[in-house]
Amino acid sequence: MIQDIDIADLKRITELIHSKHGYDFRNYAMSSFKRRILRILDLKNMSIESLLKKLTDSPAFINEFLDELTVNVTEMFRDPSFWRIMRDEIIPSILLNHKSFNIWHAGCSSGEEVLSMTILLKEMGILNDVSIFATDLDVNILEKAKSATYYIKNMDLNEKNYIRYEGKWSLRDYYREDNGRVTFDKNLFNNVQFRKHDLVTGDIFNKFDLVLCRNVMIYFNQTLQNEVLKKFHEGLFKYGYLCIGSKESLIWCDVANRFLVANNEEKVYKKIKD
Amino acid sequence: MGPMSRFNLNNSYKAVVIGGSAGSFQGITKILSQLPKTFPLPIIMCLHRLKHVRNGFVEALSIKSVFPVTEPYDKEQIKKGGVYLAPSNYHMSVELGNCFAMSTEEMINNSRPAIDITLGTAAYVYRDKLIGILLSGANRDGGLGMKHIKDRGGLTIVQEPTECMIDTMPKAALSLTKIDYIMKVDEIVDFMKEIDKLYK
Repeated sequence: MIQDIDIADLKRITELIHSKHGYDFRNYAMSSFKRRILRILDLKNMSIESLLKKLTDSPAFINEFLDELTVNVTEMFRDPSFWRIMRDEIIPSILLNHKSFNIWHAGCSSGEEVLSMTILLKEMGILNDVSIFATDLDVNILEKAKSATYYIKNMDLNEKNYIRYEGKWSLRDYYREDNGRVTFDKNLFNNVQFRKHDLVTGDIFNKFDLVLCRNVMIYFNQTLQNEVLKKFHEGLFKYGYLCIGSKESLIWCDVANRFLVANNEEKVYKKIKD
Repeated sequence: MGPMSRFNLNNSYKAVVIGGSAGSFQGITKILSQLPKTFPLPIIMCLHRLKHVRNGFVEALSIKSVFPVTEPYDKEQIKKGGVYLAPSNYHMSVELGNCFAMSTEEMINNSRPAIDITLGTAAYVYRDKLIGILLSGANRDGGLGMKHIKDRGGLTIVQEPTECMIDTMPKAALSLTKIDYIMKVDEIVDFMKEIDKLYK
């Protein structure tokens, strides 16, 4: 990170993407947004001016740009204790009142969390009773998620997380290896719909019993976090659950008093008021 | 305690940021345990830690610390009297508006949290109002962050390499920029006491 960019340049980029492509990054957190832009300039060996020109002149470049801009670093069963709470408390609580239910993975990235959820549900014997919607604004990453294919080098960490989660079998039972990559059993995705959706500009498209949006809103400023949390509130059935990252909080948002803390350590909230 | 003239200090600093890795735990504990009760600046720490152990570290640091040590939430305001530790498996940035921002971006120097990110973003926000301290460590992470602090006019301190269990980290900083002070941990403790006096 040798070169630096000033805020005026970052604003030129966000304004251009907004007016030309309809994505709104104007309320993204500045520190990480700046790092992502610097990273793109470095990867593509570009100046700010040439990036602006390319975003203006090459319509197809936007998808590649979004793919690099958004943070797609994730792991299966990240925070194993969270997944144990899902399995042992939250999902059993939903099942008390519903035989079938809907889950939304908002900002699903390369799909590791969706896969974790489907494996959890399969091991609970209820995979066929659940409809899952997995969304992201990055169409390239959605394709990766759908393919359920990952580098084998990532599987060590995923398997370790799964063991800490105390899953029933081994992750190996769910994938086959081929040429340095692993591909998970596509049957896990029978009830999963992947679709493009932008949390910032998009509307709520369904009602859900469980929404997972972990470590996505950390890239937003507080104004935008507040707006998106209103959408999650709207998208949840009463008594539905919202899960956010372990270092995220609802405390300072407008809808805070319409949720109850279901599990503070794992940041699971229950909607109690419309 | 050394004479005032030893350090070229003023009372306009806004924060202290500390980086450390292997071999820094004892030094950090000593610094935190001997802080004056009126210490006027927030202390922002990024220490390399086991990536998948979320609990325990902050509690271990808190035992002897004069101030409670916390792992802040995303967008939490940075306050005087706060002693903050970057949480496991997140990068921790200082954001404009004097708050923290977490991220799960790629590891840097095989580290998340990466010291370069915490130091670099703090340098950007606090400019010449920042004190950066880099302790013992087995990795180059933090060297570039110290350079950012120096380049933006902040004050830089590294732990005396001969005192470090592993000196790769302070040496990386020394090779990248002109560090203001090389100190042993006991001298850093005195330095913090002098900072405290300046604000009275």
